[in-house]
Amino acid sequence: MSFPWAKQYQPANGFTKWIDEKLPLPRLVYNAVGAGYPVPRNLNYMWNFGVLAGFCLMMQIVTGVVLAMHYAANAQVAFASVEHIMRDVNWGWLMRYAHANGASFFFVVIYLHIFRGLFYSSYKAPREMIWILGVVIFLLMMATAFMGYVLPWGQMSFWGAKVITGLFSAIPLVGEPIQVWLLGGYAPDNAALNRFYSLHFLLPFVIAGTVILHIWALHIPGSSNPTGVEVKSESDTVPFHPYYTVKDGFGLGIFLLVFFTFVFFLPNFLGHPDNYIPANPLSTPAHIVPEWYFWPFYAILRAFTTDFIISAKLWGVIAMFASILIWFLLPWLDRSPVRSGHYRPLFRKFFWFGFMPALLVLFICGGAPAEQPYIMLSQLATAYYFLHFLVILPIVSAMETPEELPYSITQAVLHSDKKPVLGENTSPAV
Amino acid sequence: MVRLISIFVGIGFAFVAMVAFVIGVYGWATEPTEKTAEYTFHLYPRDFQFSFEGPFGRWDQVELQRGYKVYKEVCAACHGLEFVAFRNLADLGYSEAQIKAEAANWQVPGIDPVTGEATTRPGTPTDYFPSPYPNDVAARAANNNAIPPDLSLITKARPNGTDYTASLLTGYTDPNTFQIDGKLLRQEFPDFTVPEGLHFNPYFHSLNIAMAPPLTSTGQVTYDDGTEATIRQMSHDVAAFLTWAAEPKMIERKQTGWAALGFVLFATVLAYLAKQQIWAPVKPKNRKTKPNAS
Repeated sequence: MSFPWAKQYQPANGFTKWIDEKLPLPRLVYNAVGAGYPVPRNLNYMWNFGVLAGFCLMMQIVTGVVLAMHYAANAQVAFASVEHIMRDVNWGWLMRYAHANGASFFFVVIYLHIFRGLFYSSYKAPREMIWILGVVIFLLMMATAFMGYVLPWGQMSFWGAKVITGLFSAIPLVGEPIQVWLLGGYAPDNAALNRFYSLHFLLPFVIAGTVILHIWALHIPGSSNPTGVEVKSESDTVPFHPYYTVKDGFGLGIFLLVFFTFVFFLPNFLGHPDNYIPANPLSTPAHIVPEWYFWPFYAILRAFTTDFIISAKLWGVIAMFASILIWFLLPWLDRSPVRSGHYRPLFRKFFWFGFMPALLVLFICGGAPAEQPYIMLSQLATAYYFLHFLVILPIVSAMETPEELPYSITQAVLHSDKKPVLGENTSPAV
Repeated sequence: MVRLISIFVGIGFAFVAMVAFVIGVYGWATEPTEKTAEYTFHLYPRDFQFSFEGPFGRWDQVELQRGYKVYKEVCAACHGLEFVAFRNLADLGYSEAQIKAEAANWQVPGIDPVTGEATTRPGTPTDYFPSPYPNDVAARAANNNAIPPDLSLITKARPNGTDYTASLLTGYTDPNTFQIDGKLLRQEFPDFTVPEGLHFNPYFHSLNIAMAPPLTSTGQVTYDDGTEATIRQMSHDVAAFLTWAAEPKMIERKQTGWAALGFVLFATVLAYLAKQQIWAPVKPKNRKTKPNAS
C-alpha cells in the first residue's frame, strides 16, 4: 500500500520491462526505498537511524563472514585463532576491530532508534506491528551480541557465558538442568563455544528476515513524523528518493566518521582488558561486567538483593527480562491520542526528568562494581523504570491535556496549508 | 484491562526493588564497610611518554630494539611471548640475515629426525618465541605457585597497559616507608604484611606481587646504542617493546585510519552539499520564521 500520489515504477527499456514481467524486483526496490515511497517532508535527523541500523547489520554480516573464514570455534585454539586474525591475516585486524566496534555502534544506533520511537510514540496505532517486530529484533540482537562476545574465549567471554547461563539456574526445580542443557556441560566449554558460534552465525540472518518484516509493516501506514500528525495530502510528503536517500547518505557519512575514529584510533576503548587474557575456569575476574550496551539491564538484574516470596536471584532474572518484554505492551499502555512528545507537556516532563535520568543511573550502575552506593541507586532507578512504563505512562497519557497540534505536516513546515473544503479532492489525480 | 494489570505489576516490581533498597541502605548505614589497604594504597599507572602514542604515533625502532634486549636478557627467563614469531622482528628494523642469526640463538621444541624423540633445536625465523617452561606445573613449581603470564598481550590485557607495565617495573618500594599524600601505609594499616615470597608493589592490584623486582640496577642490560640502562630507561623500553608485541599493526592501523577518515570526510561534505541542493526547493522560503516543532 502507498499513498495515491505515489509515483509509479516505469521500466525504462526493453530489458527492465522484461525483468518487471518476470520478477519485479526493481519495482519492489523502487516502491520500498525509491521514488515510489512518499515520506513525510518534516523528518528530523532522529529518523536517520533506521537506515543506519540496516547498514550496521549488513556491515556486521560482511565482516563476520570474513572473520568466520579464519576463526576456529574450539576451546583449545579459539583465542589463538583470534590473535592469528589480528596478526597474520591480511587486514584481519581491521575486520575484527570493525566487527567488535560495529556491534557497539549497532547498539548505539538501535538505542537512538528506540529513543526516537519512545519520545515520538512511533509505536502507536497504526504502527504497533512495526514496534513489536522492532522489539523482537532487539531481543535477537542481544542474544547475538552476547554469543559473539563469547567467541574470542577470553576471560570475560568465559565468565560472561557462565554468569548469563547461570541466570537460568534461578528457575525453581528445572533451573539447573536447563543451564546444563544450554551449555552442553556443567561449565562453558567446547560444546557451549561451538553452539554459540553456530547460533551467532545463524541469528543475524534471522534478524535480517525480521528486518524485512519490520520494513514491510512500515510501508503499510508509512513513516511517522515529528509532529505525529498523519499525512493528509501530497504536499505533506516528498519521495524517499532522492530526498531521503541523500539525507541518509549524509547521515551515514557522519556515522562513519565517528565509527572510524573508534575503529582506527580507539579500537579497545569499548572493550574490556580482561578479554585479552585467555579463558581460565580456575581464575575468576575481580569484576565480571558485560559489554556497555547491556549495563542498564545488568543493573536491573543486580538491583534485587532481597528474597521476597521468591529468591532475590529469580526476582532479578524476571525483572531483567520483564524490563524489555513490557515494551511489547507499550502501544496499549500509552493511551494518549497524540503521538509526538512535543505536544504532550506532562509526558515530556516524566520522559526527560524521570525516565532518562533513571536510564542513565542504570547504565552507570550496571558498569560499576556491585557495591554501595551503586546498588541502592540502581534499586531506585529500577523502581522508577517499572513505574514509568507500567504506572505513570497509562495514567499520565489518560489525564494530560495535549497542546494544540498543527493542522498538517505542510502547515508545520510552511506555516500555511490550504485547508480542504468539504467535497474538494485534496489528492491529485493518480 | 491491560493497563489495570500492568499498573499492578509495575507497583509490584517497584515495591520489591524498594524493599531491597531499604534493607540495603539500612545495612550500609549500620555496618559501614571498612576500606582495605588495597583500596586506599593502590596506585594508578604513571603517565610515561611514548613515541607511538596519539593519532600520529610512530614506532621508535631503536627503542624497540633496546626493549627487545631487555625482554631477551631479563623477562624471557620466566615469561613467554607465544604469539610473536622471530620473523616479526623485521618490524624492529632487523634485516633478514640478522633475524636468522637471532632466531638461531634460541632453542625451540623440536623432534629428533632420527629417533622421533622430543628434543630442542635452534630456532628459525618462522618459529615463535619458546615458552620458558614445558608446562604450567613446571611454571608453578619454579615460581612459588604463581604462573608468570605470557607477555604477548600483556599491554592490552591490563587497563592502561603500556604505562602499567612501565609503572610496575619501576614501582617496587619499601612498604614500611610507602605513603600517599602524607598517609603512611604502616600507620593506616598496621596489620599490613607482605607474605613470604611476595614483593610489595603499589601498582599491583593486591599490592603484593609474586614477581621479584626484575630490574634492580643500572647497567643490568648493556645497550648496543650506548644509552645508559637505568631502571627507568629499561622499564620504558621494555614497555614499548611489549606494546609492539601486543599489537604489531598499531601504526599501520592509525595511518590507515587517516586515509579512511579523509575519504569519508570528503564524501560527507559532498553528501551534505548534495542534500542542501536537493532539499532547497521544498524548504520553507522564509528561513527567519522558526518552523513549529519540527
